[in-house]
Amino acid sequence: MGETDRAARIAADPRYGALLQRRGRFTLALTAVMLAAYFGFILLVAFDKTLLARPIHPGGVTSLGIVLGFSLILLAIALTGIYVYRANRDFDAAVAALVRDHQA
Amino acid sequence: MKRIILAVLALGLPGIAGADALTGQTVQQATNWTAIAMFAAFAAFTLAITRWAARRTRTASDFYTAGGGITGFQNGLAIAGDFMSAASFLGISAQIFKDGYDGLIYSIGFLVGWPIILFLMAERVRNLGRYTFADVASFRFAQTPVRCFAAVSTLVVVLFYLIAQMVGAGQLIKLLFGLRYEYAVVIVGVLMTLYVLFGGMTATTWVQIIKAVLLLGSATFMAVMVLARYGFSPEAMFADAVAVKTMLAARAGDSVSVAAEAGRSIMGPGNFIKDPVSALSFGMALMFGTAGLPHILMRFFTVPDAGAARTSVLWATGWIGYFYLLTFIIGFGAIVMVATDRQYLDGAGALIGGGNMAAIHLAHAVGGNLFLGFISAVAFATILAVVAGLTLSGASAVSHDLYATVFRKGQADSAAELRVSRRTVLVLAVAAIALGILFEKQNVAFMVSLAFAVAASGNFPVLLLSLLWRGATTRGLVAGGCLGLGLALVLTILSPAVWVAVLGHADPIFPYSSPAIFSMPLAFLTIWLVSITDRSARGVVDRSGYEAQRVRAETGIGADQASSH
Repeated sequence: MGETDRAARIAADPRYGALLQRRGRFTLALTAVMLAAYFGFILLVAFDKTLLARPIHPGGVTSLGIVLGFSLILLAIALTGIYVYRANRDFDAAVAALVRDHQA
Repeated sequence: MKRIILAVLALGLPGIAGADALTGQTVQQATNWTAIAMFAAFAAFTLAITRWAARRTRTASDFYTAGGGITGFQNGLAIAGDFMSAASFLGISAQIFKDGYDGLIYSIGFLVGWPIILFLMAERVRNLGRYTFADVASFRFAQTPVRCFAAVSTLVVVLFYLIAQMVGAGQLIKLLFGLRYEYAVVIVGVLMTLYVLFGGMTATTWVQIIKAVLLLGSATFMAVMVLARYGFSPEAMFADAVAVKTMLAARAGDSVSVAAEAGRSIMGPGNFIKDPVSALSFGMALMFGTAGLPHILMRFFTVPDAGAARTSVLWATGWIGYFYLLTFIIGFGAIVMVATDRQYLDGAGALIGGGNMAAIHLAHAVGGNLFLGFISAVAFATILAVVAGLTLSGASAVSHDLYATVFRKGQADSAAELRVSRRTVLVLAVAAIALGILFEKQNVAFMVSLAFAVAASGNFPVLLLSLLWRGATTRGLVAGGCLGLGLALVLTILSPAVWVAVLGHADPIFPYSSPAIFSMPLAFLTIWLVSITDRSARGVVDRSGYEAQRVRAETGIGADQASSH
């Protein structure tokens, strides 16, 4: 019974609602960036292969597609890093405070 | 069965005899003792770890999750080791070797699911589950139907993925040891069984960590050796690769302009993804499939808390992304160093040992016999680490979800559950060996994409909506999950990869390379529609359980007991 009651008390805490909203907005934004970047890339693969095959320097061979592809890999790593950084500093502290203030 | 002679490669003799060996009867090969010794060392070391792990594996919790005592960093490496499959290493580098840029599309798709797992799932999964992703998906729902769906879906994904690994293993060992394909598949099956059966998750985790370190180390070495030839200028390497492809096309009889066109084609997307529907569908399958792979989700239960789960994903994403950058360079390295060297080619100009061997030949080109032996042992280890994780995941679906929860209604003791787990491991090993032999001629990277389509269409929608949508009900999840999974399977069978390539029909009924663009939205739509029209009493319970589930998912309250075994 303690657990259910505790969950209900946390759910009623305004700080819990604020945390959900803050974290929800943040993860939604990061997810949107990742989805847009990846499916933008896939749409380019589908509809404009010549653009991706175009060299970035006239006379060179390294194509725009290679640069975009590598950037996408680095973006995926960077976004996870950004999330972990913020979660470690902000969200963990907020959760810890909620758990501390609502002992079972 | 054709035999390949490694001695010919090893001694650097011209490939004429190799061509003979591919088409003619068996030529007795001098075995590569370097490779065998290195692999034997790996096998001995990992079996010693398995023995150590076996002594620590007493309860079901030890068996499934290593007691929840793996750190975030270790788990990140183990995830990378679980995920960087033989299909990634051999299949993608082979595809880059053949078509250039197209392989990068695969790599990116395999990677971009990871941020999504982190943002939406990893911490919640850790907070809600204990052994399997079905723990999470069924948290507030009727146990029997949701668990049954999750177990079937897990087994389907695991079997598809296992086939790909087994095919890779067979081809690799066929080349390396000159063994028959069938024997090679059996050896992998037996070793994997020993790891999982006795060492459970602890042995599996350490095999995956060791493999990840070995694979990342040797891929780094290969990429550095290739780039060093070009003064670390990728542009110079790409230019040389284009020149090589142009020369090969010209030699094959193309006119000058057609040959130049063929050479340049490796710098951009080519024929691998023909139409926009296939491109999108394929992209969806890779991205969301990653987030629905049961053996990957299972790894989040091996860490003590949500924070460690989060750290694991960061490390995993970093290592996997780095690995795919290396794979790209390795594929191009194979174009410039392997495609023009007759010792790696048969009489018709094809790679000795088959298309998937580009990276293996490159290892010989950059590091000689010794490194060829080493990379072969690493590739073997790679396959073992992945199949061990898959088998463990399949076994836990049967023992934890079907036996302990559905059949025994949660009343099974740990010992009985373990017994069922271990029996399932044996059954899965036999199935993996049989299917590995059946699917010998398939492109391994493509087989993996089939597993991803099923994971994206079944597991992912069910898991995501059970976590994030208050309105989801048991009826909705099971209906949507089953339809998504079923449609993904049926369309896969009707697609070119199975209908034409395996069943031998002239034209595919389903023309696209992946079903996900149809099957995944169908799953989401069905879950939504069936849930909102669900007027059952169970539906009321399901919806009212959301608030408590969310508090636990977001804060981890109540999750502590789950790992305190």
